[in-house]
Amino acid sequence: MADKQATREAYGKALLILGAENSNVVVLDADLSKSTKTADFGKKYPERFFNMGIAESNLLGTAAGLAAAGKIPFASTFAIFAVGRAFEQIRNSIAYPKLNVKIAATHSGITVGEDGGSHQAIEDVAIMRAVPNMVVLVPADGEETRQVILAAAKYHGPVYIRMGRLDVPLLFGEEYSFEIGKANVLREGTDVAIMANGVMVSMALEAAAELAVEGINVSVVNVASVKPLDEETIVRVAETTKAVVTAEEHNIIGGLGSAISEVLAERQPTPIVRVGLKDTFGESGKPNELLEKYGLTKATLIQAVHNVLAKKQR
Amino acid sequence: MTTIELKRVANVIRQDIISMLVTAKSGHPGGSLSAADIVATLFFNEMRINPKEPNWADRDRFVLSKGHAAPVLYSALAEKGYFPKGELQGLRQTGHMLQGHPDMKKTPGVDMSTGSLGQGLSAANGMALAGKLDGKDYRVYALLGDGEMAEGQVWEAAMASAHYKLDNVTAILDYNGLQIDGKTDSVMCSAPLVEKWRAFCWHVIEVDGHEIDALLAAFAEAKTVKGKPTMIIAKTVKGKGVSFMEDQAGWHGNAPSVEQGEQALKELREEAATLG
Repeated sequence: MADKQATREAYGKALLILGAENSNVVVLDADLSKSTKTADFGKKYPERFFNMGIAESNLLGTAAGLAAAGKIPFASTFAIFAVGRAFEQIRNSIAYPKLNVKIAATHSGITVGEDGGSHQAIEDVAIMRAVPNMVVLVPADGEETRQVILAAAKYHGPVYIRMGRLDVPLLFGEEYSFEIGKANVLREGTDVAIMANGVMVSMALEAAAELAVEGINVSVVNVASVKPLDEETIVRVAETTKAVVTAEEHNIIGGLGSAISEVLAERQPTPIVRVGLKDTFGESGKPNELLEKYGLTKATLIQAVHNVLAKKQR
Repeated sequence: MTTIELKRVANVIRQDIISMLVTAKSGHPGGSLSAADIVATLFFNEMRINPKEPNWADRDRFVLSKGHAAPVLYSALAEKGYFPKGELQGLRQTGHMLQGHPDMKKTPGVDMSTGSLGQGLSAANGMALAGKLDGKDYRVYALLGDGEMAEGQVWEAAMASAHYKLDNVTAILDYNGLQIDGKTDSVMCSAPLVEKWRAFCWHVIEVDGHEIDALLAAFAEAKTVKGKPTMIIAKTVKGKGVSFMEDQAGWHGNAPSVEQGEQALKELREEAATLG
């Protein structure tokens, strides 16, 4: 087992499992099947794979029709095109009639890298989260992606799945269990909690390990299910730690940090520091250099923990 | 059904459109009336449907891409018995099933939620692809407006229908020549449409959209076409059947008053009398 894998790679493999399990699963792409990793499904099940060309509105609209006729379509393209170009098709043709379409978007966030800001979706979670009937899932590694994809296929209704291009550390084994609507406490701690998803989860774990050396006891919660949000776990952990850092590879407006802030503001007011993109677009560069430049690193998380602890003590 | 029977159904549908819009005090009469003969022919002759089983897997599907013409669809569904006719009077009212634009979650017989223009043909294609995958012989009908031809997604979908050889798709263009801001040719010229659809590799049939026999023949022809989808370009008159609404863009999205409604119904009842 390689120690790193992009979530999109795991997606491509999960589709092959689904293809064998359920003949109603169909896959659509918009001329990016080699990048989104749907191409292997296309090779194995050509009659159930539809390349729609570079036409994202029609990609999502066609998926809606397939779902209306009983299929379980996975529609894939880059996050920026799925949510950006085809927003209103998702809203009116898929979410409004609660059709069983899985929007499996790859190349989210700044870790898209060299293609630059035009191709880096940093607002997709905020947009999808605001749409009624939509489930929003952001897996952290390969195993979680596999489970997210299988869970999405089982769930009846629209699901937005946010995946990445970059190879990220493999964190979980088969014993790990993802459920829609459940957060996973990866590490129990009493001083502060880092609530993260996607690429930020591995950094959160690393930060927690380093902070333990300083004597700071950090809880790490993986919130892959942004919607529905596991309010009970979030409130329970915040009750214990009384300080929370949120971490996401997304604009700090409207994403995971916002979702958690909303819940805690109403149910368990808690000092919070949000780590994410500070309302800025990305740019071209190597993914790891961009993470550094935009403050999405272990070091930023450690600093954020110190900042929130200072607030807590006030 | 015979031609004369279908004409009678279309007349009843037109009367329903007027009376429900008068009650609702809002809605779109022009493009509903222009499509009445097309919809009557589809629902009462052409389509394989069963009102007792609206979700029957083998049924033909209908997607009203020009969703603002919902009243024409609702009337046809009520006349077919999908729901009681009394529901028509609840159009656009809080808590009632008949939404301003078709909602498949709320209304039995509505195969696709529509209303935002340009999206219906994509959904129809998806249903047609599923039918082919499942080895089913159902057909999918999509009714589009000519103002809607300005939506780019229509052409994305048109390309895909032809690419995937969806000969189980029949699109109908309600070519009434008017949209909210005026004549379609002056707002955004989409002509020449016959040539455009042919260039997108569709089989194209031109008919008078108020001639039942011509519509019947066009639907029959569409079924014989193999390997490509069919577009029936149906020349229609917006507001057809009500003298003061005919060919008037102003009646795109305004409901008639009680007095105007009475005048319209009087004219339609006079027409009905000539149909025996």
